[in-house]
Amino acid sequence: MQQIVNFLIKYRNFLLFVFLLFLSLVFTVQSHSYHRSKFVNSANFISGGIYSGLNRITSYFDLKVHNEQLAEENRRLRAQLLNTPDSITQKIDTSSFGNRYAVTSAKVINNNYSHKDNFLTLMAGSKMGLKQDLGVITSKGIVGIVNRVSPNYATVMSILNSNSQINAKLKKSNHFGILVWKGGDPNTVDLVDVQSKAPVKKGDTIVTGGKSTIFPEGIGIGTISEYELDPTENFYSIKIKLFNDMTNVGHVYIIENLNRAEIKNLEENTQNEH
Amino acid sequence: MNTSLVRNILRFVILVLAQITIFNNINFLGYINPYPYILFIILFPIGDNRASLLISSFLLGITIDMFTNSGGMHAAACVTIAYIRPWVLQSIFGIAYEYNAVKVIKAAYGERLLFISIMVFTHHFILFMLESFNFSDIIYILKKTLFSGVFTLSLCMLFITLFSFKRK
Repeated sequence: MQQIVNFLIKYRNFLLFVFLLFLSLVFTVQSHSYHRSKFVNSANFISGGIYSGLNRITSYFDLKVHNEQLAEENRRLRAQLLNTPDSITQKIDTSSFGNRYAVTSAKVINNNYSHKDNFLTLMAGSKMGLKQDLGVITSKGIVGIVNRVSPNYATVMSILNSNSQINAKLKKSNHFGILVWKGGDPNTVDLVDVQSKAPVKKGDTIVTGGKSTIFPEGIGIGTISEYELDPTENFYSIKIKLFNDMTNVGHVYIIENLNRAEIKNLEENTQNEH
Repeated sequence: MNTSLVRNILRFVILVLAQITIFNNINFLGYINPYPYILFIILFPIGDNRASLLISSFLLGITIDMFTNSGGMHAAACVTIAYIRPWVLQSIFGIAYEYNAVKVIKAAYGERLLFISIMVFTHHFILFMLESFNFSDIIYILKKTLFSGVFTLSLCMLFITLFSFKRK
């Protein structure tokens, strides 16, 4: 017993070091898998408070760009509204719209794009109805998926994150693939696992696919800038230039698929039967 | 003792705030950021309790991690350089360190530069290795360590020069 106590006293600094290093490595490993960054994230009142205070000053720098984006979005929506076919002559399928998606808007108070795993912090939290796994978009295209939520703040796993995998498809032909980011340029992402039969052309538009319950179908992502067949010639790997400027994101919309629980439930039940 | 404690707490807060508000948003050439917040570990009083250095370095790292959503990468890197600091000091300053006669701020230019470079590059290498979490990216890790390290090193030397003038 005496020897154990002596050992502990003699090597206390080393043991403390090993303990602290172990703790930080556990946090690091957790941060590398989606959904498990439980303890250390910026959706809390200290970092959220500091970031929103800072944002009160820095948001003025990008005001002009954000105003132009909003005006452009309003223009597009107004054009859509004016060009809607008359409801008297047109049958409306009411089951196709109505309460399928709930939309919330939020302000981005912190945005990273220089790391390998990037996150954004939003000034909106569970009080505004945010939950894990909701889609986050801007008027131009997708931004990411809600990761952690506190009462007033939320962190978003950016599409510029090595854990991000989003179902996407070619707008023209419905051939789909998986959207990933391999680091580097914050305006370019990769679309992998696209069938070699797909008609891929430079400049074609990529949108979200309908296979995920997170994003609605047809939200813009970007255009094809480069593509090549992989060595086995079965799949394309495509480089996409994003519509969004991920280095300057001001306001975002959070989309909740109201039927998600039902769809998930159904899928689970189907799998269990087999 | 008390003024030293207050000074270190102030240094902690100021360096963390400067790091998250300014230095994390520099993004030079798209991905190069300096991390001068480790000046806290470099300038921590020599001869003080080693355990307190380890714990405060851990707190420093985990605070930065909280703001950048990076898990425990900064904490791991900070704890490591805090742990190796006595040996680095000993090998650079030799006998003067044993008599507690070393002050990083007042050290000769060459020795100071050597000490800070070892600390900075060790920290950055561990940090970027944990960030990438993949040994096949070793070229990327080394490149980032070199560029960010030089950036951090020059900022650290600049800050030390600036703030030591005040004390004379």
